[in-house]
Amino acid sequence: MKQGYRKGIIHSNIQIATNIYEIKLSPCHPESDSISLTMEESGFQGKPGQFYMLRGWELDPLLPRPISICDISDGIITFLYEVRGRGTHIISKLKKGDTLELLGPLGNGFDLNIEDKIAIVSGGIGVAPLIYLMKGFKGDMDFYCGFRNEAYYLDEIREHVDNTHISTEDGSVGHRGFVTDLFLPKRYDMVLTCGPIPMMNRVVEMCKDKNVPVYVSMESRMACGIGTCLGCTIETTSGMKRVCKEGPVFSGEEVKFND
Amino acid sequence: MINTKVEICGVEFKNPVIAASGTFGFGREYAEYFPLSRLGGISSKGLTLNKKDGNKGTRIYETASGILNSIGLQNPGIEGFIKDELPFMEKQDTIILANVGGSTIDEYMVSVEKLNETNIDMIELNISCPNVKEGGMAFGIKSKIAYEVVSEVRNACTKPLIVKLSPNAENIVEMAESCTKAGADGLSLVNTFSGMAIDIYNRKPVFKNIIAGLSGPCIKPIALRMVYEVSRAVDIPIIGLGGIMNYKDAIEFIMAGAHCIQVGTGNFIKPDISIDIIEGIEQFMKEEGIESIEEIRGVI
Repeated sequence: MKQGYRKGIIHSNIQIATNIYEIKLSPCHPESDSISLTMEESGFQGKPGQFYMLRGWELDPLLPRPISICDISDGIITFLYEVRGRGTHIISKLKKGDTLELLGPLGNGFDLNIEDKIAIVSGGIGVAPLIYLMKGFKGDMDFYCGFRNEAYYLDEIREHVDNTHISTEDGSVGHRGFVTDLFLPKRYDMVLTCGPIPMMNRVVEMCKDKNVPVYVSMESRMACGIGTCLGCTIETTSGMKRVCKEGPVFSGEEVKFND
Repeated sequence: MINTKVEICGVEFKNPVIAASGTFGFGREYAEYFPLSRLGGISSKGLTLNKKDGNKGTRIYETASGILNSIGLQNPGIEGFIKDELPFMEKQDTIILANVGGSTIDEYMVSVEKLNETNIDMIELNISCPNVKEGGMAFGIKSKIAYEVVSEVRNACTKPLIVKLSPNAENIVEMAESCTKAGADGLSLVNTFSGMAIDIYNRKPVFKNIIAGLSGPCIKPIALRMVYEVSRAVDIPIIGLGGIMNYKDAIEFIMAGAHCIQVGTGNFIKPDISIDIIEGIEQFMKEEGIESIEEIRGVI
């Protein structure tokens, strides 16, 4: 049996840019809210590209919020999230020692050969799952990350990756413009991307032109996170697929972006 | 010694808690979280004669204490259900309701005839899906049209027949009476309420179909009132649903007159919410000295 919602205790919850927060949690001991365990086997699990459903409230808002894993280290899980609505706003106000309910890990995650030469292309908060992927990857990797006006997590990225290419729309850091202005697909065995739909669509088109395999991590409104509400379904070349179950990572070629 | 068993049309449920159609798939995903044999029953995802891909665009949207959905009956079709899903459900030691939707009377008839040949325990006839363009909804609004559909299906159906009512019916009590006269063995109510939402920045409806179905705690008081009114008007068993999130909600529906209850949107909030509700009902019965569900059914 899989575990249902479990309680996590917050270690830190800090703002790192406008509307962007980083939260770290460890599991609570089932019998008590106050004892936190850090042993790896009882800690949070999951691979890059997988996500958790988070709720820090009873029934209002009604639904949990799907957030992808940004890191897991010694059972402590890190999420990077953008405040977009009431749910994420409530989470952003939580303090060290407060608790959240978590369900996961959910979804398929990225699958890659660690000896490949890969490119990672992120847009905005889409950087979160790719940071986790970056940390576990041992092969040759270039990281292209685009932000609107404010860049974040650059130190972490530069620590792990030799070739980083940064863009901001206002030119405050790196190239002024879009990350797709910098990205050149032809040199890679595989490209992995997460970000706004128009950006991912462009990355997929660029890769298709050069016959480079590309994987996208999709985002969709969802209710259950486990594959039953069919709310997050997207259209693919092989029929309707659930972002929460068959995804969130899909081959770029199978996603019908123009729906 | 408490007894949570409930009988509807000769079918025995081990407890009154049924997973509602469209919120539980065919049980596979939830079976990873708890043994489905704990449930009184499962109502399948709404089935149509032929496979459906469902609606495009946004399908789910959170509202104050509720959700709007416009899934559009995405399902594998009756034959896909019988071949790929039913064998799994049959192994779960729980009552199986096949929820059947359609856009024409003929479609309902053919679907039901195919299901007659299977081991499902009951048919729950969905005359009220708001998310398919033709048919579906109209059947659930006008009691005269509902009477025709239910009469025809009744003649074709060899299984116990539950008719699922829409709260969007012109008059819910008349609707219930019409379905009863047409030969329904039981009624389940309510399905989702018609609702909508607008994306003010794009100046467009959130949903491609404009209208979607509202569910969740926000509809509970209205659903409860409808179950109460209908239970006083008809003599056939009622399955109550609409925003049930805990055992107290469930007991309210039973006290309003429901034989069984269904948990829908709640399944999205917590995968094993039905187990909490079943255990809560048992605890309540112990504390209140209630030996069987019948003692509290329709007590108000």
